[in-house]
Amino acid sequence: MGRYAVRRLLQMIPVFIGSTFLIFFMVYALGDPVAAMFGDRAPDPATAAQIRRDLYLDEPLWKQYLHYMGQIFQGNFGTAFNGQSVTELMASAFPVTLRLTIVAVVIEMVVGIVLGVFSGLRRGRDIDTTVLVLTLVVVSIPTFVSGYLLQFVFGVQWGWAAPSVAPEAPLNELLLPGLVLALVSLAYVTRLTRTSIAENARADYVRTALAKGLPRRRVITRHLLRNSLIPVVTFIGTDIGALMGGAIVTERIFNIHGVGFQLYQGILRQNSPTVVGFVTILVLVFLLANLLVDLLYAVLDPRIRYA
Amino acid sequence: MRRATRAKWGGCALVVALVATACGGGAGASRSGVVSSSWGDPQNPLEPANTNEVQGGKVLEMLFRGLKRYDPKTGAAENVIADRIETADSRNFTVTLKKGWTFSNGEKVTARSFVDAWNYGALLTNKQKNAAFFQYIDGFARVHPDSGSPRARTLSGLAVKDDRTFTVKLNQKFSSWPDTLGYAAFMPLPRAFFRHHADWIAKPVGNGPYLVDSYEKGSVLRMRKWQKYPGDDPARNGGIDLRVYTDNNTAYTDLQAGNLDLVDDVPAAQLKHVKADLGGRYINQPAGIIQTLTFPMYDKRWNHPGAEKLRRGLSMAIDRDQITREIFQRTRTPATDWTSPVLGAKGGYRAGLCGDACVFDPARAKQLIKEGGGIPGGTMTLAYNADSGSHKDWIDAVCNSVNKTLGDDNACVGNPVGTFADFRNKITAKRMTGPFRAGWQMDYPLIQNFLQPLYYTDASSNDGKFSNHAFDKLVNEANAATDTGRAVATFQDSEKILAQQMPAIPLWYQNGSAGYSERIGNVSLNPFSVPVYNEIKVN
Repeated sequence: MGRYAVRRLLQMIPVFIGSTFLIFFMVYALGDPVAAMFGDRAPDPATAAQIRRDLYLDEPLWKQYLHYMGQIFQGNFGTAFNGQSVTELMASAFPVTLRLTIVAVVIEMVVGIVLGVFSGLRRGRDIDTTVLVLTLVVVSIPTFVSGYLLQFVFGVQWGWAAPSVAPEAPLNELLLPGLVLALVSLAYVTRLTRTSIAENARADYVRTALAKGLPRRRVITRHLLRNSLIPVVTFIGTDIGALMGGAIVTERIFNIHGVGFQLYQGILRQNSPTVVGFVTILVLVFLLANLLVDLLYAVLDPRIRYA
Repeated sequence: MRRATRAKWGGCALVVALVATACGGGAGASRSGVVSSSWGDPQNPLEPANTNEVQGGKVLEMLFRGLKRYDPKTGAAENVIADRIETADSRNFTVTLKKGWTFSNGEKVTARSFVDAWNYGALLTNKQKNAAFFQYIDGFARVHPDSGSPRARTLSGLAVKDDRTFTVKLNQKFSSWPDTLGYAAFMPLPRAFFRHHADWIAKPVGNGPYLVDSYEKGSVLRMRKWQKYPGDDPARNGGIDLRVYTDNNTAYTDLQAGNLDLVDDVPAAQLKHVKADLGGRYINQPAGIIQTLTFPMYDKRWNHPGAEKLRRGLSMAIDRDQITREIFQRTRTPATDWTSPVLGAKGGYRAGLCGDACVFDPARAKQLIKEGGGIPGGTMTLAYNADSGSHKDWIDAVCNSVNKTLGDDNACVGNPVGTFADFRNKITAKRMTGPFRAGWQMDYPLIQNFLQPLYYTDASSNDGKFSNHAFDKLVNEANAATDTGRAVATFQDSEKILAQQMPAIPLWYQNGSAGYSERIGNVSLNPFSVPVYNEIKVN
């Protein structure tokens, strides 16, 4: 198990280098950001040249990349154009998005698994059909539609929640955006759990457990659920990374100043240090979440072992 | 046993995550008397000479007062700190300051506060984006050479005489130069700016009606009334909280929910029902902004002998009235000259100066385009940036109008460019092959600012690279004229050359729009479409 984890961690290095280079290349391909800093006015060439030199934009791409990576390993992610260091931006943005992600994952796990178990155990009956139809509806509504809709209904019409989140982003204000962010994944979790439960409910070991007189609740939670959760855990694990990165739409709608906000701002202004820095961290989060999922398999199913 | 360990680990991880993330919390600043307003994240640090966009500009307007200020109603440049600015030859100026002005940290505002600030702004190595505003001062070429490093650190045209007097020598005659001094780049700076620069950037100190209470970059800037403000336009509210919104729809929703007091940019999608939502609390008034379609005059296909007929014909093919009504819900006014109504007749705005060329006339348009050689290649593209400002709608409408006029569905198509940065790059690199959108927001309410930077040979914002000897000559004459009336008339003469040559098609004047809550009153917009924050009263 330990050796497996180490091997996986080592494998992350090429993935990390490759992905950062790709992002670097793509941001670079968007063109020179200096022109836009001057608004509708043509940049004065001398000042523009000075800014370019300061930002290493006058060097060829590979040199810029090496310089950037060298700085990253010293913990310096560069400076955003508004004069703040990118690490400072990260320190303010990541906690907010992490909190939003936790809210979303908790909602999606609790509601998704409970709904999935209920409908899986009653396959083909009314409750199952209702859940299937509902999840289908949820999956087919884009996040920005559900976001604006819930914001308007809960925030303006009923006044139950503030339509935008305060800069400090306290947990209670994140419930509504968290729900919006979780909705689509929630539907997938429900459906995955349902299928998995429905399949395993007829398995021999469940029948055996029931036959030896174990209480139904114990059979479901200890035997059935544990084996049925493997695909669900895989999904949730990879979803954490996706949620953090995909929060762009939700954060924009609810004016949450997290990772999505900074990325959006960075892309709009072609602020390469911000974009590359944030995406680099997101790549790491993604890789670690995947590793965690693989390690969890062994916990859920002892037959899966990594020597 | 093994299972228990695992459960504990999982539990700990979750607790750590929650503790690590739940440490937000902030000072619960009191909201009584304080107005909350929507804001966009300024692009640069809030230094006067480094701020060239509206969002940073509106903060400087609250934190600083300069030699002059533009009257929020009329736009006229009026003395604030300047007692008098005197000149005999429109080239050598003597500036005398009023007594009694200080920065909010107690430091006196002296001649040095201005001279040091201007020298800082002009020096190349400080990379200030407004450096070009100091280009008329003698010695600019030495502190800000076109290439290489500066040969001097201070402008030779500036000299401090005593605490309250300094002199300015310009490198050319420029009679309306004193009227440009209300612009943010010319604000004075305290010693703290130079001594503790990073601290100052984190919490700017100025001499305006407000002082900074706290500034969380990227999310909220809290300003409070400066009780000892010496000027005669003190804040009539307890303070202003500027909250950053990435999406103006969210700001509008917050206003509806009573979570926000003032929105100074009503989203286009809400214009249809904004009157029903807000009633009298919706403001829609002209601002010093004009939208044009600029031709790439460096491209022979658009600039050959006779092409002015083609350009004028295209202008006639656009139904401005219908587009401003249908698409903009009358938040734009069809343009009939190259300036803005906020200048007023005395300031140089003259309705109808463009003449027939700005009147929709399909039959005549078709004929002129034909005489001008027709649209090059049969199809023209209108370039715009697709990332902000919902330009697609009106670009499509303009094309539709041209296509209908010519009876050809392929005569005109929109050409979206992904980001503003890329769009600007293509323009400055002279890679435009057809007309492109250009918006101009005035720096100061002078007719000069609508003409010289945009159409004078090699001027800073002459994106189409229009060059006309007669135009340049008239602009020089107007700048040298000591009599304001004469200067304005000469500028208007130069504008008539634009009407004839049509290097840029004037489309419409843009209005400023704002909406506010029942909590506040006395809200108005200045000619720059920025709310006059210090006049707002809290009910």
